[in-house]
Amino acid sequence: MIEISSQPLWRRAGRRFCGDGKALVAGVLVALIALLAIVGPSLSPFRYDALDWHHLAVPPQLQSSHWLGTDRLGRDLFVRTLYGVRISLVIGLLATAVSVIIGLAWGSIAGYVGGRTDDLMMRFVDVLYALPYLFLVIIFATFFGRGNLIGLFLVIGAVGWLTTARIVRGQTLALKRREFIEAARATGVGTPGILLRHVIPNLIGPVALYATLTIPDMILFESFLSFLGLGVQEPLASLGSLINGGAQEMQAAPWMLVVPALVLSVLLLCFNLIGDGLRDALDPSTSAER
Amino acid sequence: MLAYTLRRFLGLLPALFVIITVSFFLVRLAPGGPFDQERTLPPQVRANLDRVYGLDQPLALQYVHYLSRLVRGDLGPSFKLPDFSVSELIVAGLPVSATLGGLALLLALLLGIPLGVAAALWHGRPADFGIAGFVALAVALPSFVTGPLLALIFGLYLHWLPVGGWEEGSPRYLILPVLTLGLPVAAYVARLTRGGLLEVLRSNHIRTARARGLGEARILLRHALRPALLPVVSYLGPAAAFVVTGSLVVETVFALPGTGRYLVQGAINRDYTLVMGMIVVYGVLTLLLNFAADVVYGWLDPRVRHD
Repeated sequence: MIEISSQPLWRRAGRRFCGDGKALVAGVLVALIALLAIVGPSLSPFRYDALDWHHLAVPPQLQSSHWLGTDRLGRDLFVRTLYGVRISLVIGLLATAVSVIIGLAWGSIAGYVGGRTDDLMMRFVDVLYALPYLFLVIIFATFFGRGNLIGLFLVIGAVGWLTTARIVRGQTLALKRREFIEAARATGVGTPGILLRHVIPNLIGPVALYATLTIPDMILFESFLSFLGLGVQEPLASLGSLINGGAQEMQAAPWMLVVPALVLSVLLLCFNLIGDGLRDALDPSTSAER
Repeated sequence: MLAYTLRRFLGLLPALFVIITVSFFLVRLAPGGPFDQERTLPPQVRANLDRVYGLDQPLALQYVHYLSRLVRGDLGPSFKLPDFSVSELIVAGLPVSATLGGLALLLALLLGIPLGVAAALWHGRPADFGIAGFVALAVALPSFVTGPLLALIFGLYLHWLPVGGWEEGSPRYLILPVLTLGLPVAAYVARLTRGGLLEVLRSNHIRTARARGLGEARILLRHALRPALLPVVSYLGPAAAFVVTGSLVVETVFALPGTGRYLVQGAINRDYTLVMGMIVVYGVLTLLLNFAADVVYGWLDPRVRHD
């Protein structure tokens, strides 16, 4: 006899996600890193841009007050790395929000209006897809966002919406034929009303899932730009700019490279594991296999 | 097949046109210009410079001029490196970048496919988990993290390989950059191969082949691998784009004299023609590689030719 599960998708997915050890550990780790980034800097006596002339480029030592060492200017690496995590997380989240909003609007309009509008809008997405889009990010960032944090996350979000738009369009096409949309149209609700009241609320689930998968990409973009010197500027620190600084000093002060590189690696790895876990948890077809 | 190839090829032209147009206006409309310096130029000098480079004309006219020169294969002079034309700069750096990218793609296929096959054949065993771990790491970590770390370990600590430089492409100097650029692609290829092969091995035609008493090696090579590799082929287009952009970082990390640095330098200096030249060349490159992947896909899977 086949047992039919009557639990709602979300609760079942939640249980399966928690049963996935790797994803759960990754989630806890990300939460810990985020917490440390919030409270950590106040545990240390140093500010992120304070120069300590008596401790230039000292290696990590637990006894001294510079737990993870300092850079060539005597700035505390522990505090700077945590500031970098802050910036990376905040820009990652905001850029994800920007990309989700653009993707949601673009995809739902294309899918719902259909016809020639749809063709044109999705052709545009195809063309952008074919571009090495990091080029666009670089160009946008240098021309509009250099050293300007708001410009930076707008830029990163503005190139990250393509896949969201495709997913949203696909879902909208399926929704469009459902009776409640037809009923809304029959009672005289206009296109903007239907999109806002009926289509978009029904898209939140898949979009939220995809947004989680987007966050690591956005963090990656930000640190990539900062690594190239186009993103966050001194004296502020981002993980990317710290890695760049560390790579230049790695002969004399390898910890300057290793500390931020490890933190970024752990962060990205965790987000990827969370994404994989979520995908598995929400995809019924993978459950039969294991 | 020919019609399919031709149709795909013609589809490239509008894409290229949109890329060129969008980036031309983006680059021009941004604040700042190539002759904004710390020390402001006397107005006459500035006016002369603008006249020589055609910057005093309306933007639409400049665009038309740029396009007509482009059609004749002329990318224009560089604004900031006045002794060179953009074509000269790019032609000088391209062999380095192409060697790097080509070898990275080759490594990705030669390492990724066997790894994926091994993982699928040893499904659920320690080897599979080991490969999965490598894949997760290599996919998640960006090249600006792995590159410096590899240089630190193999260059500075172990002294096995040089930390950077080119030396006319001698193999010792190539190993770390190619690994940095190629490993993430290899990992992704391995993941796709494993998934594809696992699915194909469960399908009916493989069961039939087994029932006919064919050996496992023959089944794998003759019947399973071709359909299993379809996802890998469709990934080649994005992989090419990844390698093209990734080479920017890898060239920076290992101080290679490729073309990558011109994009960032050009953008910072507002060297309009240099940035545009890079976009045109790399855009064409990505489109062509995507096109090649499409053609191979159509050749492997007859169904896509007919839609």
